[in-house]
Amino acid sequence: MGDVLAVVIDGTIYASWLFIIAAGLTIVYGVMRILNMAHGSLYALGAYAATSVVGAWIRGGRAPLVSYALLIAAAIAVGLIFGPLIERGVLRFVYGRDEIVMVLVTYALFLILEDAIKLVWGVESYFITEPYGLLGTVEIGPLTYPVYSGALVLAAIVTGLLLRWGIYGTRYGKLLVAVIHDREMAASLGVNVRNVFLITFTLGTMLAALGGALTAPTVSVVPGMGVETIVLAFAVVVVGGLGSMPGAALGSLIVGLVRSAAVHFFPQVELFSIYLVMALVLALRPRGLFVAPEARKI
Amino acid sequence: MKRLDRTTFALLASLVLLLAGGPLLPEWALFLVTNSLAKGLVVLGLLLLMRTGLVSFGQGLYFAVGAYAAGMMPRAPGLSDALALMLAGGVAAGVVAALCGLLLARYRGIFFAMLSLAFSMILYGLLVKTSVLGSTDGFNVAARTVLGVAAAGAYGRYAVFALTVATAFAAGFLLHRFLGSHLGRLAPAIRDNELRVEYMGASVRNVVHLNLVIAGILAGAGGALTGVTVGHIDPEMAYWTTSGEFVFVAILSGTASVLAPFLGSILLELLRSFAYEYSPNTWQLVVGGAMLLVILFLPSGLWSVFGRWRKVLR
Repeated sequence: MGDVLAVVIDGTIYASWLFIIAAGLTIVYGVMRILNMAHGSLYALGAYAATSVVGAWIRGGRAPLVSYALLIAAAIAVGLIFGPLIERGVLRFVYGRDEIVMVLVTYALFLILEDAIKLVWGVESYFITEPYGLLGTVEIGPLTYPVYSGALVLAAIVTGLLLRWGIYGTRYGKLLVAVIHDREMAASLGVNVRNVFLITFTLGTMLAALGGALTAPTVSVVPGMGVETIVLAFAVVVVGGLGSMPGAALGSLIVGLVRSAAVHFFPQVELFSIYLVMALVLALRPRGLFVAPEARKI
Repeated sequence: MKRLDRTTFALLASLVLLLAGGPLLPEWALFLVTNSLAKGLVVLGLLLLMRTGLVSFGQGLYFAVGAYAAGMMPRAPGLSDALALMLAGGVAAGVVAALCGLLLARYRGIFFAMLSLAFSMILYGLLVKTSVLGSTDGFNVAARTVLGVAAAGAYGRYAVFALTVATAFAAGFLLHRFLGSHLGRLAPAIRDNELRVEYMGASVRNVVHLNLVIAGILAGAGGALTGVTVGHIDPEMAYWTTSGEFVFVAILSGTASVLAPFLGSILLELLRSFAYEYSPNTWQLVVGGAMLLVILFLPSGLWSVFGRWRKVLR
């Protein structure tokens, strides 16, 4: 019984982390048809930026409670700088090319960003433990959990609700849906698709960085942390259906629970259980759980 | 007898040139060329897939299967010749490709890319946890003989080189003939419009499946030869970044000629050697930048530059 409880709680925590990252990946794909391989590097950028800012703040001896706001501010800053930089600087030149070309372009960006991070921050690892330690722990039945993990789950839920409200409740969100549905029709009705793309990519970058910033206090921030994250995020969005927000949520939960069940019961299959699930879902529903099949063009 | 076409002539010329020039090369260059040609075999398979309109982010799967199959061969008695290792790698990878192909042949575009990536990551996850095969450390591969020559020493190195050159030549020649055949010409047709190919009475799925198996065999043979050349194999061979590197070379070389993958591969290994020498931390930066430039300005790969020259010269 304790095992099952642990699997569910661990899985939920893992799923929250995955959801924040996968939400950014899926929204960029949904609107722009770009499967962003550099998403993992943007995640790493968020983590590095957060450790630097919070680290400097704590070393300055200032109020540690502010560090939570700083984590989020760092993520927003990374999004505002790198989103427009990448979209205006590179991506806009390849719009209209094949989807697979987009994958290759963002793969090139991934390679560049990985080394750029090493150039700026070096190859040593960074830690910030204050935001994590400050909240203490809580006991759930026989198990002890850090409160910070609970905050992470809360952050994921708030992010999901905000995105839902943003997409369905605001004017900009409705324009977004119009572009997702039919880019050319939206453009011909006067939607500024250029701006929609810019804002969407910035939002996606922000979400990746937020995922990184919120994870930073719980792990050591090292080079290469984005490499594995991106393939996990791929698994999540492919399981849920590319471009679908509820799909990203369900996909995160499935992947999160599968992984934590594997860790608890069959540790030797941990790594490949996730990809096995991804392969299984694709075998049964070729376009993921939440996407309707598309008609073939002649 | 038919007149030799230009590609076959270039292939033959480079075969003779490499075999004759091999003994003159310094040890590092011999290693570099052997290693590049072995990896070029994998890219040759990608060329076939890209002509079919498929980009695989999981060729590392067949690469690693080939290498591990070859690595386990010397444990069996009497089968430790490098040629046997290579054949074992190719066959093992071909079988895996035939099995994965049952599923993969139904997918196109990014779904194909993602599913092939998932398959290679499954193998990576398995290898990392299999202690019999050395887990994350992998294990050493040693062929006792190469085409009957003892593998140790300068003669052995040259023999491995000669075997790789001969394999690359044979694979390039056969693939060139295949691409010109009826079946091979269906590949670009499938890329352009699948449904019309079906209307003509060809089975798209069978052609894609066949091309997957061919690419798998090539990647397996390449993996086995890489294992023999380097002397060591590890699970990194199945990791998605390895597959990404193959895709990079394929993009760099373009799909115009069967010679391009080998040239692209040699170019990358040269670039890597010098980049490692002078600034090890910006190696990926250089590769990524080069890739962006090629995609933006030379969408058909470096090989298309030759075509443009030819037009200008005329």
